[in-house]
Amino acid sequence: MAATTAVHGAPAPAAQRGGKGAISIKNVTKIYDPGGVNVVAVDNCSLEIASGEICMIVGPSGCGKTTLLNAIAGFHSITTGTIHLDGELLCGPDKPKAEQGADRIVVFQNGALFPWKTILDNVAYGPVIQGQMSRVEARDKAAHMLAEAGLHDVGDKYPGEVSSGMARRAEIVRALINDPKVLLLDEPYRAMDALTKSIMHEALLEMYDRTKVTIFFITHDLEESIFLGDRVVVMTTRPAKVKQIVDVKIPRPRDYKILSSDEFRNLFGQAKDAVHEEAIKAFESGERELA
Amino acid sequence: MSGDGITSAMPNPGTVEGGRMQAPTGLALFRYHMNKKLRSPAPYLMVVGISLWVLLYWLFCEVWLLPRFEKMPGPVAVIKEWTAVKPFQGISLFTELYYTHIWVSVRRIMIAFTIATVVGVPLGLLMGWSRRFKDYIFPILETLRPIPILAWVPLAILMFKGLETPVIFLATLASLFVTVLNTLLGVESIDEAYFRAAGCLGSKPRQVFWHVVVPGSLPFIFTGLQISMGVAWFSLVAAEMVSGDYGLGYMILASYMNNVTVPMVIGMLTLGFVGWFTSALVRMTGNRLMQWRTRALALEGR
Repeated sequence: MAATTAVHGAPAPAAQRGGKGAISIKNVTKIYDPGGVNVVAVDNCSLEIASGEICMIVGPSGCGKTTLLNAIAGFHSITTGTIHLDGELLCGPDKPKAEQGADRIVVFQNGALFPWKTILDNVAYGPVIQGQMSRVEARDKAAHMLAEAGLHDVGDKYPGEVSSGMARRAEIVRALINDPKVLLLDEPYRAMDALTKSIMHEALLEMYDRTKVTIFFITHDLEESIFLGDRVVVMTTRPAKVKQIVDVKIPRPRDYKILSSDEFRNLFGQAKDAVHEEAIKAFESGERELA
Repeated sequence: MSGDGITSAMPNPGTVEGGRMQAPTGLALFRYHMNKKLRSPAPYLMVVGISLWVLLYWLFCEVWLLPRFEKMPGPVAVIKEWTAVKPFQGISLFTELYYTHIWVSVRRIMIAFTIATVVGVPLGLLMGWSRRFKDYIFPILETLRPIPILAWVPLAILMFKGLETPVIFLATLASLFVTVLNTLLGVESIDEAYFRAAGCLGSKPRQVFWHVVVPGSLPFIFTGLQISMGVAWFSLVAAEMVSGDYGLGYMILASYMNNVTVPMVIGMLTLGFVGWFTSALVRMTGNRLMQWRTRALALEGR
């Protein structure tokens, strides 16, 4: 439990890798008031995420992880506190809700590729809509990036025609084509079986190695969190704050063989203990989950 | 070809190119579908079903002459009259008047349906898009909508001159309500995640409208347009019966008044066919515009 104090602790070693995308969350509180009753979703939460870090957020269901993500992305306001991205204020006292922008792109739990556009047009959407490229250029780049991600023949298909794994990979490509500072992933692999998941993990790490984008990754899966992350941030049950940070110093590139190493099991045990404690609290309080 | 032999009872029309199965296209695809359809029981059941109904109709009206059915023309009488070069009761496939009635009704439907769609779809989209716009429009719409279309008939006749405009007005009004409401539901049915994704990717509100709101509500819009087409026919015929000089509704009522019952039934059946045809037209247009949906549904076997 020694790591509880490490809230403002030294950034993970990955800090030097990327040049942009450092998120600084300071004393953020979020209070919802459905029906006049105040519900504290996030309570005085602080967290520093270095640029180029893969930061995994774990915690009980409905603890307020997604609230934090929504605040960074600009979907929801915060009540108090500040969030900075690379020193620039995203949201704070005078500006409770951040603007949405292509520097922070979310990959959603159930996938949000536009079903009415082909995969290629989905990926090309960002650059075209922002006026950065012509449609032809964007489609060229999209095709190139899809191929790089191992998605060669799916460009002309609609999202409804490919597997969920392919769709999710394409969605990450759709985010990365905009060269974002931060990728916000909200349990993107939740509904997948273990085998597909491991393929998704490898693909994500591969894309990460190419781009060194900062990744804010919410998950329930501890194995996933340690396998992917530079740090695993365990959140308390609602109201959410940081309970413990587990530093994962397993060198990259990692492959699935590390799953059976002693170091991995040791880290897994640490995280498991912390999460388990909170899960029991959450279960006993028996409150309904908030988005 | 994989040739697993389990389900491939019928020949696979695709071709193998470079080791990959190529999906059939054009005529080959059409033949594949026809072939598949003819191997399923559906078409045969359909033929049997229709035959049974017609047989029953024939027995009731022309063989047993059951009470209540004795004044109704039977299938043999209707078909004889319908196909007669010189029909006794004035209407058949060979009389010009028959086509005049059809054309007048179809023309009115086209005008009414077009106006209702051109006005209704944007109205519904804007209402779904802007909370404020909805607050302005929706209460009035919801008050007017439950008024049965026949209750509008006297007002329509007072408001519009001539015979043509009141009829078109009534059909337009009926289908307008359906179109607006379904379009609004269509916008509201779009998953919030698509709006958020569009926002993340840097879309301005107007771009969200064109890239998310419009395509995302298309499935509901087209369901609505099919219903609206049905409603348009319904109110058109009702209106033609009250005020009109031509049209299928007028033809049915006039036949009844003149005590010629066969054209009455011909008119009803014609309405059935034309209505079915126009609905199918709307459905086909929808499927063309929503390839993404058609293709995904096809993979689910629908």
